[in-house]
Amino acid sequence: MIYSGLKDTTTSNHASPGEWVARSCHRRRAGRVPFSYFLLETAARLDTGIVVDVFEPRDFSKLGPSGCNMCGGIVSESLVQILATEGINLPRAVYKRGVDSYVLHMDVGRAFIDTPLHEKRIVSVHRGGGPMGSKPSAWRSFDGFLQALAMAKGARLVQERVESLAWKDGRPEVKTKNGRCESYDLLVGAVGINTSALRLFESMGFGYKAPRATKTHICEFQLGKENVEKHLGSSIHVFLLNLPRLEFAALIPKGDYATLCLMGQEIDADLVKTFLQHPEVRECLPPDAGGLKPCCQCYPKMNVGEAVQPFADRVVLIGDSGVSRLYKDGIGAAYRTAKAAALTSILEGISADAFRQKYWPTCRKIATDNGFGHAVFAATRQIQRRRRAHHALLGVVAAERRNCRARTMSTALWDTFTGSAPYREVFMRTLRPGLGMRMLWQLILGRKGTVASAE
Amino acid sequence: MPSSILGRRYRDGDTIVRQGEKGEHMYVIQMGQVEVVEEVGDKEVRLSVLGDGDIFGEMALFDHQARSATVRALGEVRVLTVDKRTLMRRLQEDPSFALRLIQRMASRIRELNTEVARLKAASM
Repeated sequence: MIYSGLKDTTTSNHASPGEWVARSCHRRRAGRVPFSYFLLETAARLDTGIVVDVFEPRDFSKLGPSGCNMCGGIVSESLVQILATEGINLPRAVYKRGVDSYVLHMDVGRAFIDTPLHEKRIVSVHRGGGPMGSKPSAWRSFDGFLQALAMAKGARLVQERVESLAWKDGRPEVKTKNGRCESYDLLVGAVGINTSALRLFESMGFGYKAPRATKTHICEFQLGKENVEKHLGSSIHVFLLNLPRLEFAALIPKGDYATLCLMGQEIDADLVKTFLQHPEVRECLPPDAGGLKPCCQCYPKMNVGEAVQPFADRVVLIGDSGVSRLYKDGIGAAYRTAKAAALTSILEGISADAFRQKYWPTCRKIATDNGFGHAVFAATRQIQRRRRAHHALLGVVAAERRNCRARTMSTALWDTFTGSAPYREVFMRTLRPGLGMRMLWQLILGRKGTVASAE
Repeated sequence: MPSSILGRRYRDGDTIVRQGEKGEHMYVIQMGQVEVVEEVGDKEVRLSVLGDGDIFGEMALFDHQARSATVRALGEVRVLTVDKRTLMRRLQEDPSFALRLIQRMASRIRELNTEVARLKAASM
């Protein structure tokens, strides 16, 4: 999805914010939905007229991959709160399920971790119209909802595929497959990691290089509402299993469906099969689910690094095409980068310098935090590989739950898997000496053969 | 389509926020209505009724004073709790995040000004 602007007078990229805002009433830009929403909202606060074209060939009401942005579809606890405070309350038709707990599954047992306030503040959504073969219903796509918000603010939808990006008289020029060709004052890329559009930005010659990515697997099982309720409840089930190449997996309840997400190194059909046959996974599915076939599946890429130079004069890339949070809260990262880019372009200008000074720090903050995320997941990998460590971890969570003591481990796990807190905070919490002592004590108990379960 | 299931459910008459208590959270109404009442002596004065999308409890987060009023559910209501930490973290990264809260507070000041003017006029 891309942004655009008018072919009018100005050619300078270094306009002061005042000049830029003053001129922008004559201008058009092209961009992604959350960006468009915040850009238009900020412009309206400043009584500035801006014309925004959103290039999106996808129809989010369509079923299956053609209408879907291919992700797990979790709106994190912190993002639900932030959106509500911003005045964006998710309508009931948009989320499939409110989630109030996580169940952590390991090779030796499971731990139930509920939200600190015992409140449903996480939601599961379908990014598109729903899985392949699902019946038309009153449910709405999450991305369709966001698109409608941007349209209500005045953005114009261009349902055409962008074929090429180039420069014309110092401005970005967008050419679509249908032959539409227009230059804009500002071009915003939020194209996701799974499209060839990233190459279009690389070809513009300002030094942009797409982020590193790894292959994941997402599939949908139609279990029926009763089975979803019975086997998954209102919990997201996270699996930290000792399977090669598997970082972690999650089973997410969504109305009649359960979405399975596998993350790790180069996930393939063999690993998916091995995972589904694991006893701990089988226990989460109905007994007759052995022959269950996914009704919709994909192997999308996931961002695991940050882009190089995701901005230039009159161009900025946000969300997955810029930087995203490691494994978690991609929608939240897209919100943060979209808003930072929108505010920068309205208040500071659209030059590379403006984006470097005001937009890039937000990206750097996420990227730096991902460094801590790598450390947190490296630690969980070590735990995954050691059976005694599984016992110790579950033992600590069980003790915290039993004794209602400081829930250091439970909240660290909660924040890791929900993406509710920065990885840095999670990492620092795990360094607390008391937690280390409790893990050690549980390791000793584990040696004596004590099996701890937190459920 | 079922109604909102986000946040926590309160039944008619349940107290969500109590006057005089320390405030650690802010709230956004997802579904239903609440009444805001202030205890003056042994009497209760209803200050306002809030509905879907309205925010309450934000004042105590900013002025570090005790809750200025009690908020009770009017019928069944769903309320989403916003953590102080989440709010402050976001404000630190994006001060424009506070605009809606400022807008809300400004609108309340306007309403209060109108009310004060009306009371003064009535007592003249």
